Amino acid sequence: MHDTKVKLSDVVERHTLTVLVDNEAGVLARVAGLISGRGYNIESLTVAEVDPTARTSRITIVTSGTPQVIEQIEAQLRRLVVTHKVTNWTGEQSGIEREMALVKVAGTGEKRVEALRMADAFRARPVDTTQASFVFEITGSPGKIDSFIDLMRPLGLVDIARTGVAALNRGPEAM
Amino acid sequence: MDKDNALQQAAAAVETMTGAQMVIRALKDQGVTHIFGYPGGAVLPIYDALFQAEGLIHVLVRHEQGAVHAAEGYARSTGKPGVVLVTSGPGATNAVTGLTDALMDSIPLVVLTGQVPTHLIGTDAFQECDTVGITRPCTKHNWLVRDVNQLARTMHEAFQIATTGRPGPVVVDIPKDVQFQTGNYQGPALVQHRTYRPRLDPDKAAVVRAVELMAKAKRPVFYTGGGIINSGPEASQLLRELVDLTGFPVTSTLMGLGAFPASRPEWLGMLGMHGTFEANNAMHDCDLMICLGARFDDRCTGRISAFSPGSTKIHVDIDASQFNKTVRVDLPILGDATRTMREMIRFWKAGSHKPDKAALSAWWKQIDTWRAKNSLAYKPSNTLIKPQYALDRLYELTKDRETYVTTEVGQHQMWAAQRFKFDHPNRWMTSGGLGTMGYGLPAAVGVQMAHPDALVIDIGGEASVQMTMQEMSTAVQYELPIKIFILNNEYMGMVRQWQELLHGGRYSHSYSEALPDFVKLAEAYGCVGLKADKPEELDAGILEMINVKRPVLFDVRIDPAENCFPMIPSGAAHNEMILAEIDDGPVITEAGKMLV
Ligand SMILES: Cc1ncc(C[n+]2csc(CCOP(=O)(O)OP(=O)(O)O)c2C)c(N)n1
Ligand SMILES: [Mg+2]
Repeated sequence: MHDTKVKLSDVVERHTLTVLVDNEAGVLARVAGLISGRGYNIESLTVAEVDPTARTSRITIVTSGTPQVIEQIEAQLRRLVVTHKVTNWTGEQSGIEREMALVKVAGTGEKRVEALRMADAFRARPVDTTQASFVFEITGSPGKIDSFIDLMRPLGLVDIARTGVAALNRGPEAM
Repeated sequence: MDKDNALQQAAAAVETMTGAQMVIRALKDQGVTHIFGYPGGAVLPIYDALFQAEGLIHVLVRHEQGAVHAAEGYARSTGKPGVVLVTSGPGATNAVTGLTDALMDSIPLVVLTGQVPTHLIGTDAFQECDTVGITRPCTKHNWLVRDVNQLARTMHEAFQIATTGRPGPVVVDIPKDVQFQTGNYQGPALVQHRTYRPRLDPDKAAVVRAVELMAKAKRPVFYTGGGIINSGPEASQLLRELVDLTGFPVTSTLMGLGAFPASRPEWLGMLGMHGTFEANNAMHDCDLMICLGARFDDRCTGRISAFSPGSTKIHVDIDASQFNKTVRVDLPILGDATRTMREMIRFWKAGSHKPDKAALSAWWKQIDTWRAKNSLAYKPSNTLIKPQYALDRLYELTKDRETYVTTEVGQHQMWAAQRFKFDHPNRWMTSGGLGTMGYGLPAAVGVQMAHPDALVIDIGGEASVQMTMQEMSTAVQYELPIKIFILNNEYMGMVRQWQELLHGGRYSHSYSEALPDFVKLAEAYGCVGLKADKPEELDAGILEMINVKRPVLFDVRIDPAENCFPMIPSGAAHNEMILAEIDDGPVITEAGKMLV
């Protein structure tokens, strides 16, 4: 008999977690230190204050691990004294995940035309244009951004800046 | 109405004072009577306020690590939080070992550190260190208080967080200018942390389920831990009641010793790496494991893949992050041990449950065959003092007194855990999770401070005691008649034992060379020094040690070659224990060697 939700599996899964925390001094170090101190992976982490009156910040973490490890990460995050709430968007909750990236591509001629065409198909918009380069702004799921970057690679990819993931749940309710 | 009254009272309670005075006032309002500390530049205003305060006893230690361990001993033996006051920089860094120790063993501590004035923070000022940064991973929570008007609130929150839920150490870092500034003091009554709400009451349905499993169990075992001690003395009473009702066997972790009386027939002894044969085999073969306030630590489980393969596991813990951390459990119950056991008993009685008598009697028969191995047996000697013999004599000659035992870390600690029979909680203070050599002597100082008339014994090794030896001076200053009972094998015995078992007997740097003359050392400190080389000298020495109303160091010269058995070798399972002297052949696998 097993009451716990966790699957017994060695498969490493990627999960997006949101942690609502008190925005007090050192809170980011607390969360980041917990994750690195226990040897968990962080693929991306975003943080910003979301409610200045309630002084709460929202931290979104993309992490990977076996189901047991993910359960531990959630439990350890919940244990922090500053934590209000932890939600796993990859589990039962269905969330919207979006990321923004700036992608610089340099080149001329056929490659430059092709880059612009691809950007258009991805609804990435040029925010800086020179004779020899573009900086595209793209938003979307992390997967979409991955694909866009892969396509830009042979077309003169020079630099990438990604924001990390922001996530919210669907429907009328708050997290 | 009530709320209005409370608010009015709170408003009336606002008083103006300096930050330093607030610290003292908050300590008093929290019922603190003892502080363990060491002064320095960044805490001088607090020390000044302390000088002018009444009703607070400050114990001046000789090293800040000693202050924290003393506070741990105080906390563990009283159930109250231990309070520490140290200066910035080196004062704070010296406290880190104690903080980590307290975090691992869930000991409630409030540690106050001085900090350089706020305008100097970040400038590499004299005796500046990033105390909250350094102590973040070794505290349950910590604060840097930059605003004097937040100080009182923070102090009260610190006590709340340290003592509730799963207890642990907290640090409040107070810059010197904040100690001087004047602000509003607020009493503890209205302080409520914004988010922190530990859950204490168990889910009823889960408890009902647990009780049903217990009624059906054929080979049950209670696996208990330090959580029962932390939950308070009632938890130990309830555990006894649960065992009265069910007749199930009980084992415990190192931290849980004393929660269940070692004199009762249901007691199997400690489990784990140096646990008894019967405890470990019962864990391995049980069909129902009821874990109460323990955390499936690697010293207890042995090889995880072979850990109690056939059992259904119930896990009661106040900290949800302990569920499924290393061992998957079937029925996690989040709650305080006292409340959960109370509910278990209530539902057991309400459901008119009866244990499966026939199955239990077969299970006890099986357990008796394991017991018959007498796994704590040792080869006696007429010429050398065997450590087991020394501890048996110590136990016999002290058992009728109110005795508190602390330990250092090593073989002596395991022998003490195996052989000392504790019938009460809060009598056994040891460094379990961190395994901190040097814990026992200062811990004994803290225990004796709280229990002036009790017999307080630090069972030590000659290597460990040298780590915090200077606290003998504290014991002398405060007239604390602690007894330092050194099982002196002239080796870091536990290291030597592992080198023997794992590294071909190459005793690399584990010999305690250039030992001091402990008797003279004790005398130099103003303590009484005693020594015994032969078994026949032991009893007289122990009696003298007990009867002298001064701090005593007893240097007991034991057989240097003795190893601590039984033992689950690293990487082995509960049912693969080594009982005593080992036959030839590798006992530890290559994979096991990698483990600690
Ligand atoms: C601070 C610290 N350093 C190192 C160790 C590793 N260690 C564990 S037991 C031990 C030897 C302890 O020797 P002693 O105090 O003489 O006790 P014995 O094992 O001989 O009884 C050592 C070095 C430790 N536990 N703590
Ligand atoms: Mg030794």
